[in-house]
Amino acid sequence: MIKIKKIALLGNPNVGKSTIFNALTGMHQHTGNWTGKTVETAKGYFFCNNNNKYEITDLPGTYSLYSHSRDEEVATDYIVNQKPDLTVIVADATNLERNFYLVFQALELTKNILLCITLTDEAKRKGIEINTQIIAETLGIPVISVCGRKKKTIIELKKSIDSFSYSVTEEKGELTAKKAWQAVLESEKLYEKCVKITNENYNKKDRKTDSILTSKLFGFPVMLAFTALIFYITLKGANYPSKLLSDFFNSATDEIRFFFEYFKLPEAIVNMLVDGVYKTLTWVIAVMLPPMAIFFPLFTLMEDLGYLPRIAFNLDNCFKKCGSCGKQALTMCMGLGCNAVGVTGTRIISSERERLIAILTNTFVPCNGRFPTLIALIAMFFTVNMKEPLKSIASSLLLLGVIVFGIVLTFLISALLSKTLLKGKSSSFILELPPYRRPQIGKIIIRSVLDRTLFVLGRAVAVAAPAGLIIWLLANISIGNASLLKHITDFMNPFGKLIGMDGVILTAFILGFPANEIVIPVMLMAYLATGSITEYNSLFELKNILTANGWTTLTAVCTMIFSLAHFPCSTTLLTVKKETKSIFWSFISFVLPTLTGIIICFIIATVWRIFV
Amino acid sequence: MENIKPLSKTVKNEISYVKKLCASEDELRRFFDLGIIKNTKIETLMKSPSGDPTAYFIRGAVMALRREDAEKILVKGDD
Repeated sequence: MIKIKKIALLGNPNVGKSTIFNALTGMHQHTGNWTGKTVETAKGYFFCNNNNKYEITDLPGTYSLYSHSRDEEVATDYIVNQKPDLTVIVADATNLERNFYLVFQALELTKNILLCITLTDEAKRKGIEINTQIIAETLGIPVISVCGRKKKTIIELKKSIDSFSYSVTEEKGELTAKKAWQAVLESEKLYEKCVKITNENYNKKDRKTDSILTSKLFGFPVMLAFTALIFYITLKGANYPSKLLSDFFNSATDEIRFFFEYFKLPEAIVNMLVDGVYKTLTWVIAVMLPPMAIFFPLFTLMEDLGYLPRIAFNLDNCFKKCGSCGKQALTMCMGLGCNAVGVTGTRIISSERERLIAILTNTFVPCNGRFPTLIALIAMFFTVNMKEPLKSIASSLLLLGVIVFGIVLTFLISALLSKTLLKGKSSSFILELPPYRRPQIGKIIIRSVLDRTLFVLGRAVAVAAPAGLIIWLLANISIGNASLLKHITDFMNPFGKLIGMDGVILTAFILGFPANEIVIPVMLMAYLATGSITEYNSLFELKNILTANGWTTLTAVCTMIFSLAHFPCSTTLLTVKKETKSIFWSFISFVLPTLTGIIICFIIATVWRIFV
Repeated sequence: MENIKPLSKTVKNEISYVKKLCASEDELRRFFDLGIIKNTKIETLMKSPSGDPTAYFIRGAVMALRREDAEKILVKGDD
């Protein structure tokens, strides 16, 4: 019988634990790992040559086992109660002193520790020399240097895990303040003994970069410029492939129809499948895939470079004034990719009150699923008559404006929450600004395309197909002299008009509850009343359809704002429920943005009608 | 003791040493997490463009602390 040994992977945040985990298990762990931080423990298995099987658990990154934040409790709890056979501590070679601190603390809890020093190549480049022998002798545990990118070192790590002399862990005492204090002192001593810095100015470049990226003069402009540039590249780059895809799907329509007819399916069913399912599905793919495939790698690149913590650093004061945490800037950035991920990411915020604020306001940042709606509306109503390259520049700046508006809303609502439902002052805040790292372009592309793009697209597609079917049915089943869809939109119309939109738009948002990507296709279907998305070849034609149905600039503005501020999608809502474990807060997360959107749209519509 | 002042009063590129921590137990834990104890060397780096927090170089890592937290750390210019 094979005995499975339990191994825990422990370490500071940002030391590349997940890289080691993935290399050991051959898995591609991606859940909740968007900040470069594991927020959930992941489990994996690997075998060694002689058939020993190991179960390895990737614990959330933690600075110490002594503090009381959520992450640290998870890690401490695992080591104390689950009693792993071996704890592998992953330490960053470029910042050994603080990493040692965790090792000394862990040694108070268990003797079965293997120290694994990563990023040794980076340290070498910076002129940091490490004597692993001294470390091993002082600590009395095996020490191994690995480089997560190299296969050879991972094999060595596996060997050391396999040859580790496991002993039964004796009961150990709790960590006390005195022991925590001692751990710091001992780390200092050990660090002085084993590390030699040959290049005193090893972090000069980082300091210099920081002094530009976080300077009073350039800090904010650079941040905005970066974001605008990402949008510009995304918009410009996605244009052509999107067109290509939609042309391809359109031209394939007849073949698809022919294919179904070949099987002698009744005409109604063929229409339902082609006009309902196929067209909604392909619309979502054509509109979403290219921008995502460009946006996600760029976003991952920013993340890998280490720029995101600088954004949090720049914005923290604003968050403090709103009574929330600067790390909310990070979850906000994650929300740009996907709000559900942003909500999960709020676990990095240790104060429960501030965490709830971050959860409740996350939907004010438009996620990737809402970009297509925003981009299409901007292109149709604001930049339609411009020429390239002005058009792309203006579009990206407008999109940036929409997002800045969303961020302002985040601040306002956070402040409102701190004064009402979640009364309280901002608690203390500590944020590490990790060293800038050379990004691994290949890995970025693989990770962002496979883990993010396909994941998000897959979800959208899974929703779009049945949604297309439902919408088709609603549009084609008649009661009295009008279709069900018409009844619904007529019912919503007065209220829609009141807040600057119309019944169709509201219905589209409601039907878009499972996935915001389908909002525009639903609108088109309803307007055209043919029960299917027509083939349109340009945004110009699309605009004609909308204006023929009473759209004005006001409608576009209100729709964009409502797209920013309305109930979160079903996945996000479920995530909120999971994270808060409270129906009340899930309900608030639904109502709060919706009310905000309705109020803002109402004010804008009223003012507009008076003055314009 | 003379010349003792809160960390929040230090200026860019100033190097100082921790002399006293005026913090609750919970905050003390958090300072320990960063390796901030008596005599720890701290180099003051840049301020956030919005004025707060400030980044400090502490034991090989760059850490941003808000003013309220930095006020609780009393430092002195020399060891």
